[in-house]
Amino acid sequence: MSEKPFRVLPAIVPETEHFWLGGAEGELRFLRCDDCGWWLHPPAPICPQCLSRSLSVTAASGDAVVHTFTVNWQPWYPNLDPPYVIAIVELPEQEGLRLTTNIVGCEPDDVRIGMPVRVTFEDYDGVWLPFFEPAEPAKAAS
Amino acid sequence: MKAAEIGERKAVVAGVGQSQVGRRIYREALDLTLEASLEAIEDAGLTREDIDGLATYPGNMGIPPGFSGVGITEVHDALRLNLNWFAGGLELPGQLGAVANAVAAVATGLANHVLCFRTVWEASAQGDKGRASVTTGGGGGGGYRATGFQQWTLPYGAPSAANWIGMMAQRHFHEFGTTREQLGQIAITERRNAAKNPKAIYTEPMSMDDYMNVRMVSTPLCLYDCDVPADGSTAFIISRADRAGDLRRPPVRIEALGTALRGRPSWDQFDDLTTMALRDAAAMLWERTDLKPADVDVAELYDGFSFITLAWLEALGFCKHGEGGPFLEGGSRIAPDGEIPLNTHGGQLSAGRLHGFGFFHEACLQLWGEAGERQLAKQPEVAVAGAGGGPLAGVFLLTRSR
Repeated sequence: MSEKPFRVLPAIVPETEHFWLGGAEGELRFLRCDDCGWWLHPPAPICPQCLSRSLSVTAASGDAVVHTFTVNWQPWYPNLDPPYVIAIVELPEQEGLRLTTNIVGCEPDDVRIGMPVRVTFEDYDGVWLPFFEPAEPAKAAS
Repeated sequence: MKAAEIGERKAVVAGVGQSQVGRRIYREALDLTLEASLEAIEDAGLTREDIDGLATYPGNMGIPPGFSGVGITEVHDALRLNLNWFAGGLELPGQLGAVANAVAAVATGLANHVLCFRTVWEASAQGDKGRASVTTGGGGGGGYRATGFQQWTLPYGAPSAANWIGMMAQRHFHEFGTTREQLGQIAITERRNAAKNPKAIYTEPMSMDDYMNVRMVSTPLCLYDCDVPADGSTAFIISRADRAGDLRRPPVRIEALGTALRGRPSWDQFDDLTTMALRDAAAMLWERTDLKPADVDVAELYDGFSFITLAWLEALGFCKHGEGGPFLEGGSRIAPDGEIPLNTHGGQLSAGRLHGFGFFHEACLQLWGEAGERQLAKQPEVAVAGAGGGPLAGVFLLTRSR
């Protein structure tokens, strides 16, 4: 498995590059409101809570919990072989701060809703896709 | 809300039409659309000279293949209509949002008789390749880069609503203990109903064993939880209620409609994934009528994936949120002789993915008593037709003229 599977990559534009390139430095980055502290996803030019335009790129902890998931069995792409796990993970920084991602580093049958996971990045042509893998067992027990 | 403020009651359904429906019938989208449209105009007792409004979902789009292929302009010109009002587009409260547009147009007097249509030819577009209604953005090489919502899903191999709805179903299973056997009653019931629909695509009986043993697409959704791509067009005439005298027969009345989206407009950011936007559309519907869920005689509810139908049943109050699984258990409640007959034509799972409009069409036929062999034994007086899933939803409460 030295060759990476096929992935459609996101366009990198000024509004989103903090998210897609943050993995180069190991950081899962979002826009956060300087005035009220709200985390934004997807990025937007204005805070949806307080309408402030003062937003700063901020690194999240990288921790998350599996909010829900699906094991995909349909071969949508050549060289991206099922089964693989697509999940929506929720970040502890804020209720409802969620990402769609893949759960990697474990068997599809081992994924559960509520499972603690941690971000891990993979470089695809300079785009750092954030995936999530099971958190350390010690962490899962806490 | 006062009845005088319920503007949708100034509109009625005057007629319906539907083209040939099938798999890979290789007819042009416009040809199918005109067949359905002319049937609807004749069914209403009108002529094309009477049609002064035109509405469609999603408008003419080239991608995904077969998802559209015909828009306002093509139909307008082919029939040489003289229009006072028209609207075609995708950013609407579900597929039936086009019908809601038409209702608004006649209620405000911008038009007298609006032709509404929805055409798909996804089966022909698919040919012998993969499912045409899914835009994967991949496989063809080149430097395609995803933008908008797709950038958050395509990199993760999640191009299909099967994946997104699968995650919503999984969350429902987790929170409420819903099971595949319970969900399977939707596919099995619809297959049984489809046997009485001469236009249905799949009519051979389906057992629970068949359902449980078919291959998975995106857990917990199996192949039989996914609708079947089809070719076909469905059309309606929405008319001013005060022009009902122009019509061939008493129209179907529009008691109320629901078009709300009160949460985030997103497949993965919506607050409660187990309810989806149809929670809001259904809530709005009941805010606009004195009728109650118990008054509804037949439910025609979108099933792009079976889980969406379960969520519609809950959202509309046929059972409580979270109780859709036990409600479906055994299937008797949703059978044609049950407390709320469901998808009497076979739904999109068995009768083909006519993309929302098929449910509205069937609701009208049932209210007119014109559904043929599948006409419910007890003549329905009130029907609900809802379409859409995820962040898309629109729903109509329809009644028989008295």
